[in-house]
Amino acid sequence: MTNAWTDIKNTDLVIVMGGNAAEAHPCGFKWVTEAKARRGAKLIVVDPRYTRTASVADYYAPIRPGADIAFLMGVIRWCMENDKIQWEYVRNYTNAAFLVKDGFGWSDGMFNGYDEETRSYDMDDWEYQIGDDGFAMTDPTLQDPRCVWNLLREHVDVYTPEFVENVTGTPRDKFLTICEMIGECSAPDRVMTSVYALGWTQHSKGAQNIRGMAMLQLILGNIGMMGGGVNALRGHANIQGLTDLGLMSNLIPGYMNIPRDTEIDFETYIAGKANPPLRPNQISYWQNYSKFFVSFQKAMWGDAATEENDWAYDYLPKLDVPTYDILRMFDMMSKGEVNLYFCQGFNPFLSFPNRAKLLSALSKLKLLVVMDPLQTETAHFWQDHGIYNDVDMASIQTEVLELPTTCFAEDEGATVNSGRWLQWHWPGATAPGQAKPDTWIMSNIFLRVRELYRTEGGVFPDPIVNLNWEYEDPMEPSPQELAKEMNGRALRDVYDLADPQKLLVPAGEQVSTFAHLRDDGSTMAGCWIFAGSFTPEGNMMARRDNSDLGDTGTFLKWSFAWPLNRRILYNRASADMKGRPWDPERTLIEWNGEKWVGFDVPDTAPTAKPEEVMPFIMTHEGVGRLFSRKMMVDGPFPTHMEPFESPVENVLNRKMRGNPAARIFPGDLEQLGTSADFPFVATSYRLTEHFHYWTKHNKVNAALQPEFFVEISEELAAERGITKGGRVRVWSNRGQVWAKAVVTKRIKPMVCDGKQVHVVGIPLHWGFMGAAKKGFGPNSLTPFVGDANIQTPEYKAFLVNIEPAAEEPVA
Amino acid sequence: MNMDLSRRSFLRLAGAGVAATSLGAMGFGKAEAAEAAHVRAFKLATMTETRNICTYCSVACGIILYSKGDLKAGETAELVHVEGDADHPTNRGTLCPKGAALKDFVKSETRATKPRYRAPGGGEWQDITWDEAFDKIARAIKDDRDANMIERNEIGTPVNRWTTAGFLAASGSTNEAAWTTYKVVRSMGMVGFDNQARV
Repeated sequence: MTNAWTDIKNTDLVIVMGGNAAEAHPCGFKWVTEAKARRGAKLIVVDPRYTRTASVADYYAPIRPGADIAFLMGVIRWCMENDKIQWEYVRNYTNAAFLVKDGFGWSDGMFNGYDEETRSYDMDDWEYQIGDDGFAMTDPTLQDPRCVWNLLREHVDVYTPEFVENVTGTPRDKFLTICEMIGECSAPDRVMTSVYALGWTQHSKGAQNIRGMAMLQLILGNIGMMGGGVNALRGHANIQGLTDLGLMSNLIPGYMNIPRDTEIDFETYIAGKANPPLRPNQISYWQNYSKFFVSFQKAMWGDAATEENDWAYDYLPKLDVPTYDILRMFDMMSKGEVNLYFCQGFNPFLSFPNRAKLLSALSKLKLLVVMDPLQTETAHFWQDHGIYNDVDMASIQTEVLELPTTCFAEDEGATVNSGRWLQWHWPGATAPGQAKPDTWIMSNIFLRVRELYRTEGGVFPDPIVNLNWEYEDPMEPSPQELAKEMNGRALRDVYDLADPQKLLVPAGEQVSTFAHLRDDGSTMAGCWIFAGSFTPEGNMMARRDNSDLGDTGTFLKWSFAWPLNRRILYNRASADMKGRPWDPERTLIEWNGEKWVGFDVPDTAPTAKPEEVMPFIMTHEGVGRLFSRKMMVDGPFPTHMEPFESPVENVLNRKMRGNPAARIFPGDLEQLGTSADFPFVATSYRLTEHFHYWTKHNKVNAALQPEFFVEISEELAAERGITKGGRVRVWSNRGQVWAKAVVTKRIKPMVCDGKQVHVVGIPLHWGFMGAAKKGFGPNSLTPFVGDANIQTPEYKAFLVNIEPAAEEPVA
Repeated sequence: MNMDLSRRSFLRLAGAGVAATSLGAMGFGKAEAAEAAHVRAFKLATMTETRNICTYCSVACGIILYSKGDLKAGETAELVHVEGDADHPTNRGTLCPKGAALKDFVKSETRATKPRYRAPGGGEWQDITWDEAFDKIARAIKDDRDANMIERNEIGTPVNRWTTAGFLAASGSTNEAAWTTYKVVRSMGMVGFDNQARV
């Protein structure tokens, strides 16, 4: 989230698209009802189903799964046509005025430079024109036909209300009503917030859905404002923390990158991270990359990371592909190219797509190690459970270890909420049986592997035997020791760069800001963005003062928010070019003539002059990007793309299937179904009574929602002869499931491109372990293809067929 | 004032107060002390309270764990009750249908409680000690890494990449567990590394 849960109370309009917060995030959604009750805020819900969020909305509109880009570009077109623009914000705080190279263009639903063979774009022309001074060229009058604003106007021209209705199935009058409600928030004193979740990410163009909303919010001037922002409602309690800490194929903690093969040495790698500003006076904060990177290397390898060995640069692996993400790894596994796999608190057998492929992949492993508080389906993938897991146990040669871990009630440490608050928690229960903390398990594995390398030698033992492991009890580092290591400390005295006489941090002391990190080996920090969380004053994450100065909802003394305890990202943009708040009722920070002051930690240098330094300090331009340059592989503007399995052709280009820049493996492409065989659109979702595959182990929640079902309209039920509560078979080109049919008015057929489209809703909470009735998950059906940029699987839009099935025999 | 203590003392006093007042009113002045000993105090008054954060979604509601036994005092602690933390700015004491049943998640019958091993082609779990499990894992890591580590690519750049092993980390775990995991996995050169953020 750019903002925080508690900030939602400050909004005038909430738009929920791609999420269902009332059910999936009930206690956070409370702040929406607070805004409605106290400020008279309105709530819009756009969703294929009339969800429980929709049931408390002021306005609801249906949409076909996977058609969100067309809707969002339609709203942007409407705002441009009807002058619903926060002009001063757009002119100064976005790249609207920047001039783009002449080669950039769009036609037939595609951008310039597409190569069908490699499924990729040549992106060279997706860039600004650079002037003789080395800076990007701009036209502040917005007259130049090559400025981003005019290119955007041209780009969205096709998304007329008629086009939107035809593609999305959203009735035109409903779409236009929503446009008008949104358009009101272009006034500087009216603010909209966007809240979304996996309904936007789990598409082959998920990242472009979110960009579409980010662009709209920039145009309305709502980024950085109290009650505004683009707010990802993350899933798990610490999914934000694990993302921050970079536990992903291509990441280093704090959103840095694992080197690519082309970054042959440290010099090449760091040269590529210089991030010079693209406009005069701009901060371009990633210029400090080398400080954070070297401090990370020092946290990893301590004294073994030296200037002479390029801070142990070669200890890191390099990537020959963009990512070894989950889809790539399971594809490799299915081909017998992976031998050893660890699942720590993760149940991929139910959460990754195409379960038949997963079963074949796991069966080819030599050893599977599962560490989990629960007995998961993944740990039991080899076990016969009749139709729910129909396997030949004797033929599966995989060895499996199931290791019991503690859960939240039994461990200590911090988790990061969706609003970036690092909140400390304490243990209140003894672990059951032999269950142990993950820190103990990982330490034991590491120490034994290190011992083997020390005694036997082996291939490239250096990064293992030199890993910094200075803990009081090496078998179980304490949460405090680990938290301090992530925050970082001075290894030698650290002096002010502007005043070499001024000591900032004495050797051995915790740093209190990442501004004190250095690239000369004098500091270490495991995760630079967490700097300030564990300072010489102590554990800031454990703070519990819930006072709220100014009643802003920032709660600056409660826990710690990264970065630097800042609660609303881009908050500098809440004030105008003179530093005065756009809306005096929503004063967050303001310029007092010398520095920034207010209720939040300013998201700019404290003395950065408002008329000189623009608010988006992490970008090279200093401004927000309506045109995203080469940052995304599928285009600098979002363009309408159909899901890989769609009931209709792409009206912009009838030959195009799915996202043309998305990776799809051989075999998976052939397993895609067509609407001739699979006429109905399926979409997966969660219920308020369950959390993923965890709560079915819990008798209370298992009793609340005991049985797997699918949800269909009365019209589809009538068409297929399905009765309420009857048993049905649902199948795709990859598998089949049996379920109880919930026949409902909450889903209605819609008309897209002249065809009637039915939607089948498939909740995801059942499996073959735990206290609930055995059932299936949507992953028995879903396609093995992910988002073009980040490989999140396409769970929210795929094709199925459905028919009545014989009732299960009574045991 | 320490809020935990004040709350618990209040409950204790309230329990004793009810007994004293009602007994006094009925004229059993002398029997008061003896009778009060029979009146059971509120269950929660004997509990240890611990501040925690809900383990499910990213709203991360504040919760209070009530346990029989005090971990800090070295005792065994049994979770008895979980409720919303009224001091927490986000949830202000409220919990959803998942959070309200957290205790039953912690105490679910299908918690994993001991290390287990399934042999190739086997149909049953076998018990295994932690030591045996770690030895098996360390050996498998060492052998596979030594056999399959790619030290240099075809043009001779050091790449130190190990692709035949992969690791999925848990976004239900703490930052501290995650950092430990990061260090171990990356030091080995594993690139097939992800967490639920990808899904």
